[in-house]
Amino acid sequence: MSDITLDLARMMVVRRARWTPLEIAFWLAAAAGYFLFPAKLVLLTQMLIGGLFAMSLDLLLGYGGIPSFGHAAFFGLGAYAAGLLAVHGWGEPLSGVLFGGLAAGGLGLAFSSVIAKVRGAAVLMVTLCIGLLLFEAASRMPWLTGGDTGLQGIDMWPLLGQFEFDLYGRTAFWYAYVVAFLLYLASRRYIHSPEGLALKGMRENHDRIPMLGVSTARRKMIAFTISATIAGMAGALLAQTTQIVALETLSFERSVAALIMLIVGGIGTLIGGFIGAAAFIWARDVLSALNPVYWMFWLGLILIALVLTARGGLVGALAVVADHLARRGPPR
Amino acid sequence: MLGFVNILLGGIAYGFVLFLMAGGLSITLGLMGFANMAHAALAMVGGYTAALLIGKAGWPFFAAVVMAGLTAAATGAILERLLFRRLYQASELEQVLLTIGVVYVAIAAATYLAGPEQMAIGVPAWLDGNLSLGPVDLNRYRLFLIVSGLVLLLSLVRLIEHTTFGAKIRAAVFNRRMTASCGIDVDKLYALAFALGSALAGIGGALSVNLLGLDPNFPIKFLTELLIVVSVGGLGSLRGTFLAAMLFGVIDVVGKYLLPEIGAFIIYATALALLTMRPQGLVGRPR
Repeated sequence: MSDITLDLARMMVVRRARWTPLEIAFWLAAAAGYFLFPAKLVLLTQMLIGGLFAMSLDLLLGYGGIPSFGHAAFFGLGAYAAGLLAVHGWGEPLSGVLFGGLAAGGLGLAFSSVIAKVRGAAVLMVTLCIGLLLFEAASRMPWLTGGDTGLQGIDMWPLLGQFEFDLYGRTAFWYAYVVAFLLYLASRRYIHSPEGLALKGMRENHDRIPMLGVSTARRKMIAFTISATIAGMAGALLAQTTQIVALETLSFERSVAALIMLIVGGIGTLIGGFIGAAAFIWARDVLSALNPVYWMFWLGLILIALVLTARGGLVGALAVVADHLARRGPPR
Repeated sequence: MLGFVNILLGGIAYGFVLFLMAGGLSITLGLMGFANMAHAALAMVGGYTAALLIGKAGWPFFAAVVMAGLTAAATGAILERLLFRRLYQASELEQVLLTIGVVYVAIAAATYLAGPEQMAIGVPAWLDGNLSLGPVDLNRYRLFLIVSGLVLLLSLVRLIEHTTFGAKIRAAVFNRRMTASCGIDVDKLYALAFALGSALAGIGGALSVNLLGLDPNFPIKFLTELLIVVSVGGLGSLRGTFLAAMLFGVIDVVGKYLLPEIGAFIIYATALALLTMRPQGLVGRPR
C-alpha cells in the first residue's frame, strides 16, 4: 500500500471516530428520560439493557458480517451466572456483571473457532443450536435455574456499598446507564481500532483480507468472544435490576428480538442498537397492552415491511433528515 | 426387547414425519438457498386445512390431505410472488427476517381464526389400531407414515436428479443468468419449485397432526427441528435430509424414552456436535 493510501486510511479512522450528533443526542435523551418519565424507569432501564444486547450483536453482524441466530444464549447465560452468584451469597453488583460477562465470553470463546470456520447459513445453524441447547439445559435443570418459574431470590447488595437498589428503579436506571455507556465507549474504541477495521474489511471483502496477511479466523474469534461477553453483561444487568431470571432470557424469540431491534435502529452504527431497542420495547409496551396476539401480528408486519423497504433503519432515516436540514442551512 | 423394537419403530416413524415436512424445506432452503423460516408455517396451513375439512366439513381423510397440499402450495406461491422473490439475491439474514415476519403473522392469524386450542384429526378406520406381524404389534398409522415417507423420498430424488425439471432447477441455482440465457424462464421455475416445496410442507403437516399435535405455535415449535434436519443433512442433498431425519427421529424418541428428564437436550447436542465436525452437513457439498 502506498503512503497516500495509508494516510487516507488513517484520516478515515479519525473521521469515523468523531462523535455524531445522533450518538450525543441519544445518551443525553436517555439521561433526560430519567427526569421526564420518573414513572417509567423500569421500562427505560430495559431499553438500555436491550440496547446493550442489540449493540453486542451489532459488533458481530454489523461490523463482522457474522449473523447470530442464537445470541440469547450469551445474554441468558450472563443473566443466570450473575443471578446464581447473587442467590448463592455474593450480591455485589459490579463483580456480578463481570462474572456474567466472563461466563458468556467463555462460552463464546469455546464456540468461536467453529463460527470462524463456517460461513453463510451454517453460521445461523450453529448459533441457533447453541441457543436451543442452552434453553433446553436451563429448562431441564430446575434445581439450578428454577426451570419454568425462573430464578428467584436474587438479593443485591448496595451499589459501591452506597446506593441501595430501590423500588422505583432509580439506582437500577443509573447503574444500567453507566455500565451501558462505558461498554458503548469500549465498543466504539474497538471498532475504530485496526482490529475493528480488519473486521469491517472482512465484511466488505472476505476473500481479500487474508491476502493482506490478516488472519480472518482470529479476527472473527476475537469479535465473537467480545460480542458474547457484552451480551452476557447485558444479561447480568437485567438479572440484577429485575432480581429475577426468566427462562425467556435464553429463548429463540429473544434472539430474534435483538435482530429486529438492530434492523429497526440501523445495522453497523452501534447507536442503532440502542435506538432500535428503545423503539421496539416502547412499541411492545404499548401494543402488547392491547392484546398479545395482535402484537405478534403487528410485529410480523413491521418486520416484513422493514426488510422490504428500510435500508439503514432509524439511524439511516434520521441521518437523511439531518442531512436535509443541514443542506437547507440555518434560517437567517 | 420387544418394547425396544417398538420404541425404535416409533423413532423411525417420527423420523419419517420429520422427513415429510423437511423434504420441502430441503428444496427451498437446501437446493434454492432461500432461508425459508416460514416452512413450518406452511406445514401448519396444511395441518389446519386438513383438520378443519375433516372435523368441520366431514371430508374423507385422503381428500383432505390432498386439499391440504394444494392449499399450502397456493399459499406458498402467493407468498413467493408477493414477497420472497424479491429476496432471492439478498443475504440469508434478510431472508430469515422476512420469513420470520411471515411466521409471526401466521401464528396470529391461526390464533384468530381457529383459536389457541390443540386440533385433532380423525383417521380412517383402516389406519387405526395395530397390525400384528408375528410377535410385534405395529401401529398402522405409523406404518402408513413410513410408507408415505418412502414414496416421497423416492419420487423427490427421481424428480430432482432424473427429470428435466430437476436439472433446470439445479442449473438455475448454479448459474441463474446462464440458465436464463438458455431460454429457461427462471422466475416461473422458481415459483414452481417453491409451490412444490410448499405442497410437500402442507401434506407433511396434515399427515403429522396425529403424531405432533397442532396449535398456533406449531410454526416456531417445529421450525428449529426442520432447520436442524436440513442443515445437518447437508444443504442441497435430499438423501442427507432423509438420513438426518431418521437419525434425529430415532435419537429423539429413544433418548426421551431412556432419559426422559433431559428431553430434547440430546438432539440439540448431537446437532451441534455434527455441525461442528461437519459444517457442510452429513452428505453436503461444500458451497
